[in-house]
Amino acid sequence: MMLKGKDIISIKDLSEKEIFEIFEVAKEMVPIAKGRSLDLLKGKVLATLFFEPSTRTRFSFETAMYRLGGNVISFADPKLTSLSKGETLADTIRMVDSYSDVIVMRHSYEGAARLASKFAEHPVINAGDGAGQHPTQTLLDLFTIWSHIGKIKDLNVGLIGDLKYGRTVHSLAIALSNFGANLYLVSPKGLEMPDHILREIREKVKPKITDDMNSIIGDLDVLYVTRIQKERFPDISEYLKIAGSYRVDLALLEKAKKDMIIMHPLPRIDEIAPEVDYTPHAKYFEQAFNGVPVRMAILSLVLGVR
Amino acid sequence: MPNMELKIEKIRNGTVIDHIPSGMALKVLKILDIDENVKTTLSIGIHVSSGKLGYKDIVKIEDRYLASKEIAKIALIAPNATVNKIKDYEVIEKYTVTPPSEIIGIVKCSNPACVTNAKEPISPEFYVISTNPIRIKCKYCEREMEGKDIIQNII
Repeated sequence: MMLKGKDIISIKDLSEKEIFEIFEVAKEMVPIAKGRSLDLLKGKVLATLFFEPSTRTRFSFETAMYRLGGNVISFADPKLTSLSKGETLADTIRMVDSYSDVIVMRHSYEGAARLASKFAEHPVINAGDGAGQHPTQTLLDLFTIWSHIGKIKDLNVGLIGDLKYGRTVHSLAIALSNFGANLYLVSPKGLEMPDHILREIREKVKPKITDDMNSIIGDLDVLYVTRIQKERFPDISEYLKIAGSYRVDLALLEKAKKDMIIMHPLPRIDEIAPEVDYTPHAKYFEQAFNGVPVRMAILSLVLGVR
Repeated sequence: MPNMELKIEKIRNGTVIDHIPSGMALKVLKILDIDENVKTTLSIGIHVSSGKLGYKDIVKIEDRYLASKEIAKIALIAPNATVNKIKDYEVIEKYTVTPPSEIIGIVKCSNPACVTNAKEPISPEFYVISTNPIRIKCKYCEREMEGKDIIQNII
């Protein structure tokens, strides 16, 4: 009951104990997420406010609510809301809060979810605030590692790709360092982990920083791949060159530990070759599935029914 | 400082804020909400020669004593300032400034994408995460600010 009524805005708001509580409940939720429905949240209403586009996050929150017997209210298009008439976000939140028991929100402003939590009496769950936080993604990433390997401490975790702009990878790196994982940060020049994130990581662990995936692949227990975005490169040939050298394929995996797992927040473009999907390393679709049980756990914990 | 005496008179009652970094006196007035509606006599020395800092600013406010909260705010831009409480031309109390643990509504967040810079009914709020040099962190977007960034964003 630690999490009852709590807002989930940033992964840093959660203690290690609370995170493990979410994992334990999420583990119990896996069979329910696969189709055995439950009435745990019957009569409860979740409001999903996605002012920015989302596929996985929105679907998995809504699925989580329906599988637990609850209901979802939502809008189809943020352009059709009163915010577009000039209403403040604060007023929109006050109104939605009075109609629902819990709010999930994604907005382009950084800190928008924190603002919402000030004006809502019910719990607010941040589903992404601009380039800021996306704590439930971090939780499902950590849950995927924990449910496969049974621990996070002392694991060698490689974060690969765009470490500069990739939102999920910042809070994940900080959370992993808090749990005592050894971090390997691999990115092309110009897309390195920002200094303020490195500063936080270094308070806990000493990350290994390189631009060469081949040199560290054999050490890793977890390989977390992120998308290198085309639009970050003014020159398409430069993009193709970089994207090519950070591609995970069967040749690279020959050097990997047998039980190393590969994760990716999706959508994937070219960074993981399709033939990798059929190896036992590939866990990214399971990771996407884990969004449902983890969000079921979060919803039932903050609503106090667990 | 014999030179100083000539430039700015002693005050009978009030507050002397000394050892302000050169050029920052007007910012100090700003954070003390001293504007065109001022009702007390002010003396301001800008770029005054000082043994300790090379040059410094000094502000004397007659008939006003500062609350501890106001003194804490001064620390944001003048961490080495001293605040003297004057009564009958004598210093009766002397404080060195220390920054508050939280800052509300004095500085705006330097992140243009931060929700506190949108038209929302909230004040910008920061945690002070280090005092020397001073570093603050937005409670909303978690952006950290220091030095010039803070000074440029004083509201």
